[in-house]
Order: sequence, then C-alpha cells, then structure tokens
Amino acid sequence: MSKPQSTGELIMDFSAVKPTQFSAFIALTRRELGHYFLTPIAYIFLAIFLLFSGVCTFYLGQLYETGQADLQPFFVYHPWLYLFLVPALSMRLWAEERKVGTIELLLTLPVQLHTLILSKFIASWLFIGAALALTTPVWLTVSYLGEPDHGVVWASYFGSWLMAGGFLAVGGFTSALSKNQVVAFVMSLSVCFVFVAAGFPLVIEWAAQILPRALVDLVAGLSFFTHYLAITKGVLDLRDLAYFVIVILSFLTATGVVIQSNR
Amino acid sequence: MLQVDALTKVFGGFTAVDQLSFHAKKGEVLGFLGPNGAGKSTTMKMITGYLKPTSGSVALNFADRVRDPRQNMGYLPEGAPIYSDMTVRHFLSFIAGVRGFSGAKRKLAVDRVIDLLQLQSVSSQLVETLSKGFTRRVGLAQALVHDPDILILDEPTDGLDPNQKYHVRELIRSFADHKLVIVSTHILEEVSAVCSRALIIAHGQKQFDGTPQALAAMAEDAQSIQVGFKDTSKVSLDELHSMPSVTKVEALPANHESKCQWQLYTSQPADFLSAFQTYVQLKSWEVQYLTQVPGRLDLVFRQLTTTSNTVPGTGQPEPATEDL
Repeated sequence: MSKPQSTGELIMDFSAVKPTQFSAFIALTRRELGHYFLTPIAYIFLAIFLLFSGVCTFYLGQLYETGQADLQPFFVYHPWLYLFLVPALSMRLWAEERKVGTIELLLTLPVQLHTLILSKFIASWLFIGAALALTTPVWLTVSYLGEPDHGVVWASYFGSWLMAGGFLAVGGFTSALSKNQVVAFVMSLSVCFVFVAAGFPLVIEWAAQILPRALVDLVAGLSFFTHYLAITKGVLDLRDLAYFVIVILSFLTATGVVIQSNR
Repeated sequence: MLQVDALTKVFGGFTAVDQLSFHAKKGEVLGFLGPNGAGKSTTMKMITGYLKPTSGSVALNFADRVRDPRQNMGYLPEGAPIYSDMTVRHFLSFIAGVRGFSGAKRKLAVDRVIDLLQLQSVSSQLVETLSKGFTRRVGLAQALVHDPDILILDEPTDGLDPNQKYHVRELIRSFADHKLVIVSTHILEEVSAVCSRALIIAHGQKQFDGTPQALAAMAEDAQSIQVGFKDTSKVSLDELHSMPSVTKVEALPANHESKCQWQLYTSQPADFLSAFQTYVQLKSWEVQYLTQVPGRLDLVFRQLTTTSNTVPGTGQPEPATEDL
C-alpha cells in the first residue's frame, strides 16, 4: 500500500451538515427494509406467509364451501399466522445488533433512541404491510365470485395490519431482552400466545368456569384476539384502534427502557 | 476538548473503570495502553456515550457547539462491527445518511473516505466477503465519513498486516494536528509510532500519563549503556561496578564482532553517558562500540501493569515486589 495522499485534508466543509431526526429516520428505515430484501428473509417470509394464509383460508377456513362472499375465513386465522411468523421476523431486530456489536454504531450515531426504535418498528411493519398487500388475490377471488362488503374487507385488512404491529412491538421488546435470537423468538412467541389465547372463545369458556367473570372479561379485554375480531366484523370502534396503538406504544417504550438499562 | 472526571463503571460487582480522570485537547494523539481487560474499551464506550458511567463524568466541548456532540465524533468500536449484508459503499452511504448527508454531499463524503482508506477495489463488495484488514478499514471509513473533530478508535490496527498497519498509522498521524484522536492498543510499538501521549490503564486505573519518551525513560534500562571493548583482558567487571552511579552490570552474549559486551544500568540517567566516557578515558580502555538505550517499553509496561502499588499520575512505580 502506498502512502496516503492528502489525508485529513478537508475537501469540503462538513460543519454545515447537521443531522435531523427525520433524515436519520429515513436512512435507518431504508436500511432496515433493505435488510429484508438483501437477505433471503423477505422471500422466505413472503412465501411462507402466502402459503399458510392460503392453506388457512381455503383448507381450514373452507372459503369456497361456506358459500359466503366474505373474507372471514381468511382473516380469522391471522392471529395464529402472526403468532409464529412475526416473532420470526422480529427476533433479530435488536438481538442481532447486540450479538454483532453494531448496536454500538447505532447508539453512538447522532440519533435519538426513540428514532432508532421507531425506524426499526416502522420498517418491519411496512414489510408486513407489503406481505398483506400480496394477499389481495384472495379478495379479488371473492369479489369475482360474489359481492363481499368491501368496507368490511378494508377494515379487516387495516385491523390485521394493526394487530401485526402489536405482535411486532412485543417481538421487538423480547429481541431487546436477549442477545440470542432463538431466546428472543421463544419469548416473543410465549408472550404473543398469551395475548392471543386470552381472547380465544375456548379459553374464555374454560377460564370462566374457574375464575370470576369480571377477571376473565378483564383479561379477555386485553387480548389481541378480542379487539381484532371486533374490527374484522367491520366495526371500527375507536377503543379497538386505541387498544392496539397503546399496546404498540407501550412495548416500544419498554424496548427503550431495556436498551437503556443495558448501557 | 475532552474532560474526563473520576469516571467509574461497575458491571455487577466488577469495577471495570475506577476513578479515571484525564483531559485531552485538539492536536493530541492519545494512546490508551493496557493489558486486556484493563478497562480501555469500557472507557472509550463511556466517552462515546454508548455506556453510561456508574459515576463520574465525560465532558466534551467543541468550538462550533453542535447540538449533539456525537455528530462531532467518530467511533470505531472494538472488532469493527459492520452490517455484513451491505456493500461497502452502501454501508458508508447509510452512515453518511444518518449523519445528515444527502444528495451530492453524501456521495462526496463517501467517495472521500473510500479514497482515504483505499477501498476503491472493494467498494461494491459485500462486507461479509471482505478480509479482516478491509473490514477494519471500512470501520475506520465509517468513523471518518463526517470528518469529526474527535476520533475514538478501539484497536484500529488489530488484524492488519504490517503494510496496512503502516498505512493506518500514517493516517492517524495525518490527523494529529487538527483532531483529537484517542487510540487504544496493546501493541507497544504503536505508542511510540503514533501517539503524542500515552495513558496506561490497568485494573481500571490510570497508571501513567505522559509522553512515550517519558514512559520509556521510566524503564529500568532507560539510558543504560551498551558497550563493547576491543581488549577484554584490560576490563574487569569490578572496575565497571566501581564506577559511580552504576547500579548493575550485565554481560551481554558475545558475538563475532565483539568479544566482550556489557550493559550498564544507572541511577543517574541525565549525565551517565558523559560520566561513562570520562571514566573510560581515565582507564584508557579502547571502546569498540557504545550505544545508549532509551528504555524498553515492554519493561516499563510490565512494571506498571503487573503491580498495583503505583502512585497514579506521577507514574513513579514503587519497587516491584513480584518477579518481572
């Protein structure tokens, strides 16, 4: 290697360059999104997501056999689909950064912690949004065969995406808890399972036999399932929307607390 | 520019950095020296803000008072972690983007560091396919992309071959007059090669703070004289010993040029050479060669880091109790 020429010499004045949280957010979100497509993650995730949502809709949900022009059989399995797929997506969010050490780069950049957390969350959320968008052929099929209530379908898509945000926020939180992605996956799956199952009719019936009704209702009211189901019926109640927003914000905040406590 | 006060970091029950204080200013290349696990990296992580101190403080002030001091700082973490799924250019562009560069300026900033670290040949390669030396240079490029006033480099030459080491040291030296550079290393030669000041840390505490020359002067063999005589029969060990200010005489292995070589240690390094020459003339010995040794850094390094009974700051070690 030859001796460097004119090293350290200022080619341009960089002092005028000042980062804004917004420009940093854009750069970070683009990197996160890019990561999915630079690695096989995106393609595998999309393929599995589409395959399983197809199986659930047509085989388990018997979309054709029910003879109804709605997408209920499609949407009703989303909580179970997300239960496995979202933790697989979110497990690397922070665990990988910590394992590789790149978290040191991130946290010493002139970026607020909440910008970092939000950029990672938004990037994965957009990615799931893209996966959901790829399921529109199901909608087109039903529209071709009958006259579904498009308002309900829109609401259901929105509700499903919102619920995915809840799963992601939980997954991001557990990913921040561990350096190990497998641990993050298992923890995320367990927490999410509780969130889903707490509102599942079978579980509620069973719990009602041994626990006071008020308690069961309270726990059921904290479930993803209950609120999601309400939205897929086409009723956009502000309380259901607020529920998911609060879950997301709470877990993003908790993620921040965990990251700070590791410093 | 940088003021560190009683900086302390405790992990669980383990004190990694213990009441460390020092200050540094622009134009200095400060070398953090110490054995592995001495607290060098932890100190750097606290200066960069990655770790929060248990107690004590780090104060940074810059002439142009940017809001976020991190914008004025470049950091190469230990092991140079980089996103391995990105290409070199893509990665540097990402860092520049987060640091607020956009459009033409972003490209210019990235091109500048690609030139500076001679990464042209690998700029479109994935980071994961790079050799250790290139990865380290990408890490350096990332720390330099915004031309910061303060550079914190954790073992920047680790894993580089001698040519690459030379290049990185040249680079660091070239920053010396207009930046504050803090370099950690456990390679002693690096300290005299690039640092204007050395700070030795052991057990989380400051053991020495001064120039590399002052550090070398503390070695037991500092200013000692190695001498070879033509005619051994005239010279006796007793006579060498009887010379004032000589504390120890060691016979060096003989080689074909000189039958008899000695190393003479002294308690009065300042005028030892002239005193020795006068003595030699007095005895009318014929000297074949004569060299004065500046002091071996590895000796003083061991003195400072293997015993804890030093007086921090003054750098004066008390007699070592354990065998060096």
